[in-house]
Amino acid sequence: MNKPVKPEETGTILKVVGTRPIRPDGVEKVTGRAAYGADLHLPGMLIGKVKRSPHAHARIISIDTRKALALPGVKAVMTSADMPDLAAEHYEAGESASNLKDLSANVMARGKVLYHGHAVAAVAATSNAIADQALDLIEIVYETLPHVIDVEEAMAEGAPILHEQMVTAGLGETPTKASNIATKHRLDRGDLAAGFASADVIVETRYSSAAVHQGYIEPHACVASYAADGQTQVWSSSQGHFVIRGLCAKLLKLRFSDVRVIPAEIGGGFGGKTTVYLEPLALVLSQKSGHPVKMVMTREEVFRATGPTSASVVTVKMGAKLDGTITAAQVDLKFQAGAFAGSPVGAAVMTSLACYDVANFEITGWDVVTNSPKVAAYRAPGAPNAALGVECAVDELAEKLGIDPVAMREKNAVRNGVRAPYGPVYKNIGYVETLEAIKSHPHMAIPLGPNQGRGIAAGFWFNIGGESTVNVSINEDGTAIVSTGSPDIGGSRASMAMMAAEVLGIGVEQVRPIVADTASIGFSTVTGGSRTTFATGMAVVQAAEKLVIDLKRRAAETWGVEIDQVVWQEGAAHCLQAEKAPKGALTLAALAGSAGKTGGPIATVVALNAQGAGPGFGVHVCDVEVDPETGHVTVLRYTAAQDVGKAIHPAYVEGQIQGGVAQGIGWALNEEYVFSTGGIMENAGFLDYRVPVASDLPMIDAIMVEVPNPAHPYGAKGVGEVPIVPPLAALAIAVRHATGVRMHDLPLSPSKIRAAIDANAL
Amino acid sequence: MSKQRTAAIVNGDPVEFLSDPGQTLLDVLRDELHLTGSKEGCGSGDCGACSVIMDGRLVCSCLVLAAEVEGCRVETIEGLSTGSTLHPLQQKFLDHAALQCGFCTPGILMASKALLDANPDPTETEARYWLAGNLCRCTGYDKIIKAVLDAAAELRQDRKSA
Amino acid sequence: MAQLSYLSPSSVDEAVKALSGTSARALSGGTDLLVQVRSGRAKPDQIVDLKRIPGLIGIRAENGGFVIGSATCGAMLSEHPTLSKIWPGVVEAANLIGSTQVQGRASLAGNLCNASPAADSVPALIAARATCVIAGPAGTREAAVETIVTGPGKTSLTAGEFIIAFKLPPRGPKASDAYLRMIPRTEMDIAVAGAGVSLALDADGVCLSAHVALGAVAPTALLVADAGQALIGTRLEEVALTRMAEAVRAACQPISDKRGTADYRTKIAAVLAHRAAVIAWNRAKEQA
Repeated sequence: MNKPVKPEETGTILKVVGTRPIRPDGVEKVTGRAAYGADLHLPGMLIGKVKRSPHAHARIISIDTRKALALPGVKAVMTSADMPDLAAEHYEAGESASNLKDLSANVMARGKVLYHGHAVAAVAATSNAIADQALDLIEIVYETLPHVIDVEEAMAEGAPILHEQMVTAGLGETPTKASNIATKHRLDRGDLAAGFASADVIVETRYSSAAVHQGYIEPHACVASYAADGQTQVWSSSQGHFVIRGLCAKLLKLRFSDVRVIPAEIGGGFGGKTTVYLEPLALVLSQKSGHPVKMVMTREEVFRATGPTSASVVTVKMGAKLDGTITAAQVDLKFQAGAFAGSPVGAAVMTSLACYDVANFEITGWDVVTNSPKVAAYRAPGAPNAALGVECAVDELAEKLGIDPVAMREKNAVRNGVRAPYGPVYKNIGYVETLEAIKSHPHMAIPLGPNQGRGIAAGFWFNIGGESTVNVSINEDGTAIVSTGSPDIGGSRASMAMMAAEVLGIGVEQVRPIVADTASIGFSTVTGGSRTTFATGMAVVQAAEKLVIDLKRRAAETWGVEIDQVVWQEGAAHCLQAEKAPKGALTLAALAGSAGKTGGPIATVVALNAQGAGPGFGVHVCDVEVDPETGHVTVLRYTAAQDVGKAIHPAYVEGQIQGGVAQGIGWALNEEYVFSTGGIMENAGFLDYRVPVASDLPMIDAIMVEVPNPAHPYGAKGVGEVPIVPPLAALAIAVRHATGVRMHDLPLSPSKIRAAIDANAL
Repeated sequence: MSKQRTAAIVNGDPVEFLSDPGQTLLDVLRDELHLTGSKEGCGSGDCGACSVIMDGRLVCSCLVLAAEVEGCRVETIEGLSTGSTLHPLQQKFLDHAALQCGFCTPGILMASKALLDANPDPTETEARYWLAGNLCRCTGYDKIIKAVLDAAAELRQDRKSA
Repeated sequence: MAQLSYLSPSSVDEAVKALSGTSARALSGGTDLLVQVRSGRAKPDQIVDLKRIPGLIGIRAENGGFVIGSATCGAMLSEHPTLSKIWPGVVEAANLIGSTQVQGRASLAGNLCNASPAADSVPALIAARATCVIAGPAGTREAAVETIVTGPGKTSLTAGEFIIAFKLPPRGPKASDAYLRMIPRTEMDIAVAGAGVSLALDADGVCLSAHVALGAVAPTALLVADAGQALIGTRLEEVALTRMAEAVRAACQPISDKRGTADYRTKIAAVLAHRAAVIAWNRAKEQA
C-alpha cells in the first residue's frame, strides 16, 4: 500500500456481509425444481439395488447369483469379487478418515458380514420390481457367528471378535491377541494425583448415550454412467464430490481424471454424506451392464447401513476447590465404532475438556468395533458424547459446591493465551463473551414453576479450514460467476456470493454462485468441519481481491495512470487524477465490456489450504417441564449463544444454531438405535426412530456473539457444529433440576424418567 | 404386468397415465409425469416430503395408490406459484431463510398451504401440530413456523384489501 | 410371485365378491396397508378399494346416534358439525392417528382391522359402546367393536366380510367421553398406552354408566368392566378414581418392546385412565 487510504475505501464498512439477502438457490428450492440425487433420469437407465445381510455377524460361505442373472430384465449382478481386493491404505476426507480396505469391505462385504444390513451383492435391472425379484433369487449361504453390539461388552474378555487380525494400537506395546479395541487414545497434563489431593470436593460419575443417526431427510442416491472408453460420470448428492471421486477411483482402481462427479443438490448430510455407500456399486453395475445405473436407498437401508454416530460410555472424575476451581479431571471415553475401526473418539478426547482451564488431567479414549453399521461423521463428531459426561459432571460439582452453574464455568473458563487440552494456545476465542451473553439474557430471569428445571451446558468444536478451489469470473455485462467445489448444504452459496459482492462492490444479486463438478474446478474437500464459509469463503475473497487488482490495472491502463492512482469503490474504478478520467469512474460493466482491449477475459482462480480456523464455543440454556406421572419431557424454552466470529449471513447462522440444537434435543430425549437380541435394528424408520417434529420444539433463540477471527477476511468462524455439542448435557441437567433425579443414560425417554422418579421415591 | 390407465387433474391440467397396481401417486408424479418436486424421504408416510393436496386434502403421495387418483384433483409443489409469481408462502420461506437443504421444503410448503386454506389465522401451536407430519432435520422448525405465520398474516391482509 | 391387482368396486356386493378371494385386502385410507405392502409384510394379490362404494364415506345422524361410513377419513370426523360435541373422545382418538396427511386418508375401519393393539381409535370406540356394520357373503350383521380384533394382526372377519359402517349409540344429557394416549413425542407416534373413558351422569354429577377401555396393554384393546364399575355411583371422588386405576392396572397384560416396558405401560395406563375419566366427567357436566 503506497498511499493513505480513506476508511470508506478499505471496505471496513460492510455493505453486503452481515445482511440477510435471499439465497440464490432459493427459488429453485421453493418451486420444486432443484434436482437432488434421486431426481435425475438418463436414457436407458437401470435401477440398482443391494442385497443385504440378514445376520449381525456371519461368515459368507457362498453366493450364487446365477438365478438372478437369468431373470429377464436383469442386466448385471455384482459382489465383492467384482471389486479390487485392496491393501490397507489411509484416505483423508475432511473430518472423516477412511481405511480403504475397510471402506471397500463396508460397501460390499468380503468374507464376513459384520452387521445386519451389510451389503453382500447388488443387481441392476430394468425396473424396481425386477430388481427386487432378482435380489430374492440371489442365494447366499452363511455360517452365523456370535455378535456383540454394546461397547463395553465388545471390550470385555471373551467377546466375539469381529476382525481376527486386529490388535489394539496405542497401548505402547503391540499385543499378540486380537481385540475389538482398535485404538487407545490418551491425552494428559500435570499431576493428576496431586490435583485430586488438592480438591475439596470430588465427583465420580458415568454417562452413556445411544447410537443416533444423522437423520437427513434425503436418502442416499446416485446415478453412475460408465462409458466404454472408461470415462465415467457420477451424479451424486454428497458433502464433497471430490471425495466421492477419490473414493470411487481408489476403491475401483480408476484414474481420477476418468471419474467425473457432478454434485446434485444435497438433502442434508450432517457429516453422514462424506463417504461412499452406493457410488462404487453403481459404477461396477454400470460397467458390467453398459447402462447408466441409478441407486436410491430406502429409509430402512439408510438406518441399517449408513451413519450413525457412536453409542458411548463416558466416565468422569473431577475435583474442585470450594471456590469452584477445578483442580483435576479424569475422563474415560468408550466409543462404538461399528463394524470397522474409526469412531470419533479421538475428537472426543481432544474436545472433552476444551472449555476448561484445568492444570491436571488425564483423558483416555477407546475406539471399539461392534456388529453395527460403521459409524460416520455426525456434526462435531464425538464432542456431544464427551460434553454429556463432562458438562453433567461440572453441574454435579457446582451443585455440591452450591455455585451457580454459569459462575462455575466462568471460574474455569479457557481464555486467550490458555493452552488448550489438545495442544495449541487459544487466540481470539469468544468463550467468556458467550458465557456473558447467556448470563445477561432475559431467559435466565424467567422464574420456573413446579416440575420445571433449567439446564446450562457449554460446548466446543475446533472448526477446520482445508483445501478449496474457487473460480471467479466477470461476465461481459459486469455480473460475476463464483464457482466453488464445495457442495451447498445449508445456504453457503449465499455467503459465497455475498463475500464476492462485498469485495467487488456490487450487489449480491449481480453474483451467481455455483457448485462446479470435479472436472470443472480444482480440488475442494468436503463441506464438513464447519469449513466452507471460512475456507472456501477465504478463497472467494482472495479471488475477488485478485480481480479487483486486475480491474484497477485495466482502468489505470485505460486512463494512462499508475495503478496506485486508481481506487476501487462501489463496483467501479475511480481515478485519483480527475483530469485523466474525463468521463468519470469506470464501472465493472464498462471494464467488462472492454475487457478484450485490456487483456482479455476477467477471471481468476484461487486454490488454497486455509489455515487459522477459529475454534467455536457455545453456551446453551434450556428449560423443561417433566410430567412426573408419565415421565414426558416438554422443552419449554431454549436459548443458545455462540461465538460465530462474524456472521456473514446471519439468518443462515441462526439456522445452523437452531438446527444443531434441534438435533441435540432429539439425541437427548428420544433418538436411539434399538437392537433386538439378534442384533437387528428394531426401529429402522421415522415412525420409531423419533427425530423431533415441529410440535416437539419451542422457538430456539440463537444469540450470535461476534469475536472476529483475524485469519478470515471478515472474521468468520465455523458455526455449524458447535450447536449440537451442549444440548445433550443441557437437557439431562434440566431434567435433573425438574425432577430431582440425575439421569445418566440417554435417551431420556419417558419410561426411563418415570422409572427413575419411582426409584428415587422409594 | 397389466398396467392401469388413470385420468386425473394435476396442477389444473388433465393428465392420463399408466401405472402398475402397486405404484403410488408419488411414483407416478416422479417417474411418469416427471414432477420430481415431491420427494421420497421414507415411503411410509412418516416424513411428509411427498405431501400433495388431493381433492383439497393434504396427503402423503407415497400412501396413495396411483389408481386411487382417478378423477381427482392433485396439487403439487410445481403448481404452487402462478407463472413466475411465487405464492406468498414460497416468498416468506425465502425471506425468513426457512430452508437449508431444501429437501423437505416442497412438502412443507404444500402442508402449509393446506393449513392456511383450512385455517387462515393459525396460532404457533396449531401450525406446529399441523406440520408435525413434515420432518425437517436442518432448521429446528423455528424459521419455518415464523415464515408460515408471516405468510398467513400477509394472506389475511391481501384478503382484506381485496 | 403373484401379481398385484387393484379393483375399485362401486357396490357392496361387488366388493364382497372381490374380498372372498384368497389374499385380497380391503383398502380404505391405506395408511397402514400400503406401508405393509411396500415392506413386504403384506402380500395381497388384490387390493379392493372401498372408497367408491356409495355410503362408505360420510357421517349421518340416525335414531339419535351416528352412523359413520367405514372409509370416512379422520379429518371428516372433526369437521362434522355435531359429532365432536357428542363424542369428543371418539373424535380426538381418531384424530390422534398419524399426521395431518394421514388424517386426510386414515379411516376407523382401517385403524380397527389393522388389528394393532395400539390403535388409538379402538379404545375410544369400545368405551363408547360402538358397533360395526359388517357386510359379507351372508348379508350384513352388526357386532360390537371389541369383538372384531382377536389378536395382533388378526380379526374375526371371515372371507368376503368387511366393515361398511360404525354406529355410535344415542347419547342422553350429561354424557361425554375422552381418550388419552402416551407417546414419547408430541405427534407421529404409536401409543405406548391409551385409555378411553365414556361416562353418563345424572343431574347431580353422579355416574350412571361408565366404560373404560385400554389400548396397547394387551394383545387387543381391552374393555375393563371393573374399572367402569368403580366409577358408577360416584362423582369421581379420589377413592373412586383410585379404585378405577387399580382395576386398570389389574387388567393390563402388556409386553415390553421398543416402545415401552410392561411396567411402564401398566403404570401409564392407570395414569391415562384417571386423567381421561376426569376430562370425560368435566365434559359430561357441561353437556345439556
